[in-house]
Amino acid sequence: MSIDLSEPLPAERSDTARVGGSAGAPVPAPSDRLLILEPGRAERNYWSDLWHYRELFAVLAWRDVAVRYKQTVIGIAWAVVRPLLTMIVFTIIFGRLAKLPSDGGVPYPVLVFAGMLPWFLFSSILSEASNSLVGNANLISKVYFPRLIVPASAGVVALVDVLINLVILFAIMAWYGFAPNWQIVFLPAFMVLAVLASLGPALFITALNVKYRDFRYIIPFLVQFGLYVSPVGFSSAVVPEAWRFWYSLNPVVGVIDGFRWCLLGGESQLYLPGFLVSLGVVAVFLWFGIHYFRRTERTFADLI
Amino acid sequence: MNDVVIRAEGLGKTYLIGHETERERYTALRDVIGRTAKSLLRSAGDMIRGRQLVAGDEVEEIWALKDVSFEIRRGEVVGIIGRNGAGKSTLLKILSRITEPSAGRVEIRGRVASLLEVGTGFHPELTGRENIYLNGAILGMTRAEIRRKFDEIVDFAGVEKFLDTPVKRYSSGMYVRLAFAVAAHLEPEILVVDEVLAVGDAEFQRKCLGKMGEVARGGRTVLFVSHNMGAVASLCQRAILLNRGTLHTQGDVSPVLSAYINRRESAAKLAGRQIDVAAELLKRELAGGDAVVIKFRVTLRGPLTEPRIGIGIDDDTGARIATLFSETSAPIPRIEHRNSLQLLIETEPVRIRPGMLSIKIALANCGQDIETYEHAIQVVVPDYSPFARPPYARPRGGVLLKSRMDIDEEAHQVFV
Repeated sequence: MSIDLSEPLPAERSDTARVGGSAGAPVPAPSDRLLILEPGRAERNYWSDLWHYRELFAVLAWRDVAVRYKQTVIGIAWAVVRPLLTMIVFTIIFGRLAKLPSDGGVPYPVLVFAGMLPWFLFSSILSEASNSLVGNANLISKVYFPRLIVPASAGVVALVDVLINLVILFAIMAWYGFAPNWQIVFLPAFMVLAVLASLGPALFITALNVKYRDFRYIIPFLVQFGLYVSPVGFSSAVVPEAWRFWYSLNPVVGVIDGFRWCLLGGESQLYLPGFLVSLGVVAVFLWFGIHYFRRTERTFADLI
Repeated sequence: MNDVVIRAEGLGKTYLIGHETERERYTALRDVIGRTAKSLLRSAGDMIRGRQLVAGDEVEEIWALKDVSFEIRRGEVVGIIGRNGAGKSTLLKILSRITEPSAGRVEIRGRVASLLEVGTGFHPELTGRENIYLNGAILGMTRAEIRRKFDEIVDFAGVEKFLDTPVKRYSSGMYVRLAFAVAAHLEPEILVVDEVLAVGDAEFQRKCLGKMGEVARGGRTVLFVSHNMGAVASLCQRAILLNRGTLHTQGDVSPVLSAYINRRESAAKLAGRQIDVAAELLKRELAGGDAVVIKFRVTLRGPLTEPRIGIGIDDDTGARIATLFSETSAPIPRIEHRNSLQLLIETEPVRIRPGMLSIKIALANCGQDIETYEHAIQVVVPDYSPFARPPYARPRGGVLLKSRMDIDEEAHQVFV
C-alpha cells in the first residue's frame, strides 16, 4: 500500500471545487427513504425492492444465458441435441417396445416431445435454481440484493432452452404433417404455469440447499425419478381412471396435460378434476416456497 | 448538513462455531462408529428443527460484534479501524444489509452501496465490456448510468485494447484495474468500502486513493475500513475503533488513531538476544514543528563497548523520511557495569506531513548490528498545517518547509 504525498491533506477535504470525474458529480438528492435493520424484522417493501432490482435480474439472467455454452464446440446445439435424443429413446421404449397408445392420432414422437417441453422446463429450473445460490456464494456474501433474483435468473436459462425446443417441436410437427389448432393460443399461459409450478419447489430447495448441502445430491435423483413418474414418455390417459385424480397430485402432471391439450390440436383431452388438483398443488407449493425463501434469505450470507 | 444518516444502537452479531472435544489417544472402531452415529443423529435433529449445521462436538456462540452504537452524519468520511477479528467486516456487512444483526438496530437514510471486494461477480468467460455492465449492475448502477460512464471507466482502467477479450485472459493487474474502475464510478449517497484498495501496483493504488479522496470531498458519506493508517488519517475526519467486537473509541480521527496505536504499545517492548529495549514516545502526537522525543530504556545482558543507536522514521508508505544516528548527536558512553540505561532522544524540530509514522530502532556495538526493531513505535502526525487549506496547493514530499522570504522591491520595479 502506498500513498502519494500529493494526496490532499485532511484539511483540504472541505474543498468544494470539483476535481472532475464522476465522483465529483453532484451528490444525489438525499432520499428520505428510511431503512431500519433489526433482528427478525420483516421487509416491508419487499416486492417494490424486488422491482427496484429488475435490472440486476436482467443482467444476471443475460449472464447465465451468455456463459451457458461458452467454450463448447457445438454451442447452442446442445439445447437441441439433448431433447432430441431423449425423444428418440422414449419413442422407441414407450411407443415401439411397450406399445403404449398415443393421444388420438398424434404421432408418438410429437406426443413425447410435447410432454418433454414442460418437463425440461420444470426440471432445469429445479436443478439450475437449487444450485444457483451456492454457485453465486461470492455475490451473496459481498453484495446486498433481494436473493430471489438469483434463482429466478437461473430459471431464465431454462426458459431460453425451452423456447429453442419449441421451434424443434414445430419442425417435428411439420415433418409428420401435424397441425395444431386454435388452442395453441393458450401456450404462453401454460408456459407461465410450468414456471410457477417449478418455482415453488425450486425456491424451497434452493433455500434448504444453502443450509443443508444434501439437497445438491437429492436434486439429480429427484429429476431422474420424476422423468419416469410424470407422463413424459406416455400419455396420462394410460393411467387407470381410478388413479387419475391422485396421480394429478404431482403438479407436473397438470402442466404436461395442459401443454399437450394446447399443442396437440384437440387430440389430447384435459382431465379437468386432475388439472384443478395440480393447479392447487402448484399454488400451495409456490406460496410455501416463496414464504420459506423470504423467511430464510436474511441468513443466507451467514450460512453459505 | 448535520443530519444523521446512519444511527446504530446496541448493534450485535452472533455466530455459532463448533469445537472438537479432546480425543482419546487410541481410537477403536467401536468408538468411531459410535461417534459417527451420534453426530449423524445430532445433525438430523438439527435439520428437523431447522437449525444450522455446525461441525464439531461442542457448539459455542460468539459475539463478533457487541453493543456497538454510533451516529454518522451526512457527508462525513469515517474510518473504521481495529485489529483482525475486531468486527470491522461484520459491521460493514450489517450496514450493507448482507447479513442481519442479532441484536440492536440501525437506521439508514439514503441509498447504500457497498464495496467489500473488488470485482464481485466478475465472470471469467465474459469480456471486459460485458463484465463492466455485469459488475456495475451488481454494485447497483443502472444500465443508463453505466453507459454514460463507460468511456470513463475504460479510460480509468486503461484496458481499451482488451475490451472484447474474456477477462480470464487478462493479467491479474488488468483484472483488478478494471474491477476497481467500475467500483470507483459508483455514485451512491452512502458508500461503504472495505479494504479494497490493497490491490494493484503502486501507481494504480495511488490512483485509487486519489479517487477515494475525490469521492470523500464530493460530499458523500463514506465508511472506510482499512489497516492502512495513513489512508485513514488522510481520508477520514472521524474514526471508530473496534476492539474484539466492541466499540473502543470514536471521534476525530487523530485521537482514535492514537488510541489504536496505544493499544499496540506492547509491540514496543522489544526483547532481543542480548538486550531488552523498552521504547516509548513521550510525545505521542506531534504538532507542526514539534520535535520527535523518544525515551529508551535499555536493559543489557552483556557489556557494550561502543554502543550506537540508529533511528529511522518511515512514513506510511514505508519510505524513509529521516534518519538519526547517535554518533552525529552525542556519542553514547561505553556501558559495562550498569546493566540498565535510560536514554532520552529529542530531535530537532521537524514539520512532517500529517499521517502515520513508523519508527525503526537499531542497536549496534563496535560497528556490528545487534538488534533491529522494525516498526518499534508508531506515531500519528495529526493535521496541523494551516497552509494545507484551499486555495493553497497540496504539499508534496515528506517534510513541510518553512522559510524566510525577502522581497527585493527594486528588482520588482524593473519588470513593471
